Amino acid sequence: MRNVKQKVLIYSLSLVIIIVCVFPFYWAVVSSLKSGTDLFKVEFIPGNPAWRNYLEIFKEQPFGRNIFNSVVVAVGTVSLALFLAVTASYALGRVAFRGRTALLVTILAVSMFPQVAVLSGMFELIRAMGLYNNLLGLILSYMIITLPFTVWIMTTFMKQLPKEIEEAAIIDGANTWEICTKIFLPLLWPALVTTGLLAFIAAWNEFLFALTFTIEEKARTVPVAIALMTGASEYELPWGKIMAASVVVTLPLITLVLIFQRRIVSGLTAGAVKG
Amino acid sequence: MASKFRSDLTKERTRAAWVFMLPTLLVISFVAGWPLLRTIWFSFTDASLSNMSAAQFTAFENFEFLFKDSSWGTAVKNTLYFAVISVALETVLGLVIALVLNSQIKGKGLLRTAVLIPWAIPTIVSAKMWGWMLHDVYGVINDMLIWVGFIQQPIAWAADPKLAMISVILVDVWKTTPFMALLLLAGLQLMPQECFEAARVDGIHPIRVFWRVTLPLLKPAIIVAVIFRSLDAMRVFDLIYVLTGGSSETMSMSVYARQQLFDFQNVGVGSAASTLLFLMIGLFTIIFLLFGGIKGDKIK
Repeated sequence: MRNVKQKVLIYSLSLVIIIVCVFPFYWAVVSSLKSGTDLFKVEFIPGNPAWRNYLEIFKEQPFGRNIFNSVVVAVGTVSLALFLAVTASYALGRVAFRGRTALLVTILAVSMFPQVAVLSGMFELIRAMGLYNNLLGLILSYMIITLPFTVWIMTTFMKQLPKEIEEAAIIDGANTWEICTKIFLPLLWPALVTTGLLAFIAAWNEFLFALTFTIEEKARTVPVAIALMTGASEYELPWGKIMAASVVVTLPLITLVLIFQRRIVSGLTAGAVKG
Repeated sequence: MASKFRSDLTKERTRAAWVFMLPTLLVISFVAGWPLLRTIWFSFTDASLSNMSAAQFTAFENFEFLFKDSSWGTAVKNTLYFAVISVALETVLGLVIALVLNSQIKGKGLLRTAVLIPWAIPTIVSAKMWGWMLHDVYGVINDMLIWVGFIQQPIAWAADPKLAMISVILVDVWKTTPFMALLLLAGLQLMPQECFEAARVDGIHPIRVFWRVTLPLLKPAIIVAVIFRSLDAMRVFDLIYVLTGGSSETMSMSVYARQQLFDFQNVGVGSAASTLLFLMIGLFTIIFLLFGGIKGDKIK
């Protein structure tokens, strides 16, 4: 009897969790398909779905350009962060040298930095380098949010590789650079996918720097474009279009997460639990 | 001979390690170290946005200004209130979800996928989605609550001073509980199964097992997750900026700092606020590191 009660409890709990997690996104999809006064009626399935909102965000504003910007910034950030993290994590994960613990603690400390703590200094730096309102400026500044955790997670993965491979390579006369790039790198591609995905999501979602270091509408990334979307008047937000834009930028992310969910979960927890 | 080979190898590897670290160290000093030092310097000057290089040293004037400014006091209070309440709720709910995910049920894959959705949605998007759902006139939440009979009149969730912070916390809990649940689930999966087998065989009530076995064993994972989330919650910006804008009822320390920096063009005061937030988070980190019992480096 107790078992049955437990089962009922746990399944109904699961159902509630699923509904609460999924409903807001479902509601965004439903709202994005309504236009005009339909938007102000509460209908759980849109009576006459319309694609107008989706067409308008690309016609009335440079939303296509914003997506392009986000892709460039996220891909640039991921490439640079992974490139730097591979060698750094090899040093931190595989070589016992003096000062390693201090370096690890420093990197962990940087990942705790509130972004706002570097905001005025970063603004000055970016303007001095002529990168204000420029995607390169965003890629550079995103190193502060992505590099520490990329190095941290990659170090965790580096440590898990068996020592014997490395010893055999040393005996065969491979130098440290060859061990890192020719032997470990091919073994680490699952780790690179995981870490790269997390860095991609972080860069894709970043808001504070993107808001502060760009000024023109066509230099904005999608989070800024969505946050600053305005309607005909200041008090009337174009909710239908905002929801359409939200769905457009979220769908690729959800797809990625669904495909790579195991990897993402392992990456998220590798950074925290095993640290 | 062999020992000479070994010590040469160690030397060579140590040198290589530093060379390998160099690019990362350079980038981190360039994008984190330098801007941080400049921000701290600006906090002791009268720098304005239009002319940052002409900043004059003004000692502690900006900090005196902050201590007199009541909206800074409110921002500090709001930030701490937000961090404590949202992390507490996320821990409890995250634990519930982790336990469900760890139990023997059918359709666990579906549940895990659903839980990852709020995590995958950008904060800006979730703030907008909830802003629409919580809309005072056309929001679906008000509609549902009226239909159920909990409320008679629509409520202005994000606009009502008393409810604005609750709305912010609600959205944050929705968005970040999954992260908490995944961290705790990883902790649950690392636990020795024998204890639970033994308890089950002895016929001990599940609730008793939870309090006496699961919770004590899970304590380290909970502590780590709570630390990560608290430090994260203290720098909250995106959600509040988008959901409730610059209203003083929900203004966090980050929102206050950015407002001073760019809306009021007062780089000195804004930097001082940023520096105080940095010090606060630094202080919490040190306290956590000392008393939280995490070991930074456990490499063999």
